[in-house]
Amino acid sequence: MTEQAQAASGSKERAREERREFRSYAWGLGLALGLTLAVFAVVHWHALALPWVYYLIGVLALVQIIVHFRCFLHIGFRQQREDLHLILFSALLLVIMVAGTLWIMASLAHRMVLP
Amino acid sequence: MSGHENFEYPGLNLGSAHPDTHDAAKTTVFGFWVFLMSDAILFGLVFSTYVASVHATAGGPGPRDLYDIRSAFVETLLLLASSFTFGMASLAMKYKHSTARLVGWLLATLLLGACFLGLETHDFLSMIAKGGTPERSGFLSAFFDLVPLHGLHVTGGCIWLVCLLGQLARYGLDSRTKLGILRLALFWHFLDIVWIAIFSVVYLAGLA
Amino acid sequence: MSAWAIVQHPLGRLSMHSLPFYDMLQNPTTKHLVNGSIAGFAASLVVLGAIVVVGLITRYRGWRTLWCDWLTSTDHKKIGIMYVVIAFVMLARALIEAMLMRAQQAWGLGGGFLSPDHFAQLFSTHGTIMIFFMAMPFLTGLINFVMPLQIGARDVSVPVLNSVSLMLTAAGAMLVMVSLVLGEFSTGGWFGYPPYTEIAYNPGVGPDYWIWSLSLAGLGSTLTGINFAVTIYKERAPGMKLMRMPLFTWAALCISILMIFAMPPLTLATAQLALDRYLGFHYFTNGFGGNMMHFVNLFWLFGHPEVYILIIPAFGVYSEVFSTYSGKALYGYRSMVLAIMSIAILSFTVWLHHFFTMGQDADINAVFGIASMLIGIPTGVKIYNWMWTMFRGRVRITTPMVYALGFIVLFVLGGMSGILLANPSIDYQVHNTVFLVAHFHNVAVPGVLFGMLAGYHFWFPKAFGFRLDERWGIFSALCWTLGFMLAFFPLYALGIMGLPRRSAAYAQPAYVPLEMVAFAGALLIGVALAALVVQLWVSVRHRGENRVPAGDPWDGRSLEWSVSAPPPEYNFPCLPVVNDRDAFTAAKEYGTAYREPGEYADIVLPRNSATGPLLGASGFGIAFGLVWHIWWLAILCALLAAAAMVVRGFARGLTRTIPAAEVRRQHQGWLAVVRASVPVTRADERAPANQGLANPAVLRETS
Repeated sequence: MTEQAQAASGSKERAREERREFRSYAWGLGLALGLTLAVFAVVHWHALALPWVYYLIGVLALVQIIVHFRCFLHIGFRQQREDLHLILFSALLLVIMVAGTLWIMASLAHRMVLP
Repeated sequence: MSGHENFEYPGLNLGSAHPDTHDAAKTTVFGFWVFLMSDAILFGLVFSTYVASVHATAGGPGPRDLYDIRSAFVETLLLLASSFTFGMASLAMKYKHSTARLVGWLLATLLLGACFLGLETHDFLSMIAKGGTPERSGFLSAFFDLVPLHGLHVTGGCIWLVCLLGQLARYGLDSRTKLGILRLALFWHFLDIVWIAIFSVVYLAGLA
Repeated sequence: MSAWAIVQHPLGRLSMHSLPFYDMLQNPTTKHLVNGSIAGFAASLVVLGAIVVVGLITRYRGWRTLWCDWLTSTDHKKIGIMYVVIAFVMLARALIEAMLMRAQQAWGLGGGFLSPDHFAQLFSTHGTIMIFFMAMPFLTGLINFVMPLQIGARDVSVPVLNSVSLMLTAAGAMLVMVSLVLGEFSTGGWFGYPPYTEIAYNPGVGPDYWIWSLSLAGLGSTLTGINFAVTIYKERAPGMKLMRMPLFTWAALCISILMIFAMPPLTLATAQLALDRYLGFHYFTNGFGGNMMHFVNLFWLFGHPEVYILIIPAFGVYSEVFSTYSGKALYGYRSMVLAIMSIAILSFTVWLHHFFTMGQDADINAVFGIASMLIGIPTGVKIYNWMWTMFRGRVRITTPMVYALGFIVLFVLGGMSGILLANPSIDYQVHNTVFLVAHFHNVAVPGVLFGMLAGYHFWFPKAFGFRLDERWGIFSALCWTLGFMLAFFPLYALGIMGLPRRSAAYAQPAYVPLEMVAFAGALLIGVALAALVVQLWVSVRHRGENRVPAGDPWDGRSLEWSVSAPPPEYNFPCLPVVNDRDAFTAAKEYGTAYREPGEYADIVLPRNSATGPLLGASGFGIAFGLVWHIWWLAILCALLAAAAMVVRGFARGLTRTIPAAEVRRQHQGWLAVVRASVPVTRADERAPANQGLANPAVLRETS
């Protein structure tokens, strides 16, 4: 292959990659928009009974967070190991700390008749 | 370089078209991710304080008296749009489009961020006008810890963006500016993710 | 806060009343005189010390050297040394406070000589300093100096950030020192529980000093943690796989992860307390929906991982010390790594054992109690591995080994009392007594402090090019060990007898004999500290006889020993290639050590930067302004800090290049020194003959 042809194929490759990345952002925007609209609509028009609406909010928020990670931050499972580890490890610690705190504080509130 | 090797650090990357900066970016971007994760823990704990204090209204106004779902909705859309425009700016940088295009998308992001901050400030002021000051109750203290903390982060991001625009004007798109934009992009998308948690846990769960 | 108020009170609430002897002059009773004299003496020590240091620097025209070679330096080795200097200064202060407290309790039957408020300040500063301004700087300093050398890197990933962390820590330490001269420090203990530290009960400056010094130090530690973790992940020399890293570097990785994730809760707890105090928020107040138990929870979410941030580096040091002075590879390397990692992760799941008695459900207590006991397992693995490392090794009893052996015996005892306390039903009995004080000193002194001192003796020749005096070293180590046992074993008994911790006085005559023994122990520890000072003095005086320019005085095993002592600023003339676990031992065995590389390359290093000192100084200004309500100062310094960061963003041309020819000249010069040195056997290790070149024959024999 001549140098020129190589450069041409390189730029074609890049253009393809750019389209792919653009699609990822567009999908992200679309999905996030849909999820946001759905959950706001449910809450605004009280379309669901009380305990269930909390679950729905939680699930949709989780899905939207994953969408943002996937489409805007381009986090997938094909990362180098240590970087995905970082995120998953942080998530684990976050869960330990937040869940532990809520568990402890709820128990205290219950036993000490706090609001 | 094959496509896979571009993914040597998570998420946004400069790719093979920027060989010199790409190497430096491996370390810098990884370091910034670590910082973001530390920040995520901070936010997570503020959230848990908020959730544990949501009933501690001490006879003062509660979520239903103070929150406005429409303005939360508009704020959400503004931030989401700004995330998208920043994504476009990242693409303009990565694929070496004109600097004007990059600056255009960055300015759009800045504008959306500023609108978000304006609307949020308006929210806070109207809450305060309704008697919802942070000194009123444990619940309001926790609210004014959580949501303004995010707002402060966005403010910091906006100032950082202005500084980067200054560096762009002064030095053009050199290696350090590229690294700056790359990190700010991560920061910006991260703040949008925190906002998802805020509108879900604070506004929607509060009004449901 | 109106503009008029700023004009009226340009110094905020700072006034004559803030001076430590003011009270004594106004109200000269015996008690006031005693307390005022002690406080005034301490304050004048700080002021005199500062004047003497400034005078000496001026006298020897050292300002330029200080600024250009040290304060603005981004060299990880110099930053490490500065951290350790801070640690020693703060250790001296906190130790003197400890002796005062022991004296007070020894004569505490019915009163003692200190006022309760003064005593409370002593235990609050003692704890705060020992944790945040002695142990943290010490371990950060050691890691800073050693870790990049051990992984074969030129520096940490972000050298300027490293300097910023140092300066923030220094600013925090300075704030604690200033509290001795102006106003008073917190009386709320090192964890400053609200509502006692809230504005309603504590309107003075004490808790504010505590809040802001911790905030500065905590910020510095978070940044350090990020920097270390990235360095270890991204800057390792070719071939240095994770499972080939020395144990000390593993320890550094673990604690940087802990710092990254455990510092945010502290930042949050102190920030919320500050909001309560300054802006009338209600996080932890009584009433208005505040809940102080949030603080307790948040503080220990930080506090327990913090305990392991302190002890894991010491584990790393002991691993190096045992294997080096036994002339053997570390026994059970893989299990060591696993143990250290599981300790790090488990440490995030046990924070509740610090407040078993707060009132939550017994089930929760049981879960956290079991999790706490689990930590005993990996710790036990480590203890056995260290003992197996010594087994059939050629053990040399050097100063670090005296500390390490003392550690093994004492730490096991401390760990045992920890297992007792991890049982909630036992904890209810001894909660808040000096039994607890005995327990955590029993793990913290032999664990952390002995480890840090062992590391100081171990790496000192690497940092300064000469060995420390062994006789004074061993004398000091023995005084530490004995003094520790005398000072803290009686507290176990006193705790079971019911003496509450932090008692300024008591009414039970049966306590007196044990308190006297503890006081004698404290005095012995004072002797140990003095011996360390003498040792440094003697070693510097006789440095000519103890030089180790070849750089390997102990027949070391990891890469830091493969370069000159002190190392060149770029660490390695060319980056080493690692094929084995004990990289330098392998190089010595295969005869590839002290080789000249085929060709030298230019080396790019970061330039000096004033960003660190600027941010440190403005951080101090912000904190001081906030403590004393000098708002203009705080705002000015905040703007200064912001400006420093923006200017740093605009800076370009941040590196300088050392030409290959210069590197070649320096390296060849050092190799000539190595060739001129006489290799010594381990028997002559402590003789002047030891110029830092190990005898390879002996090496084969013992391995």
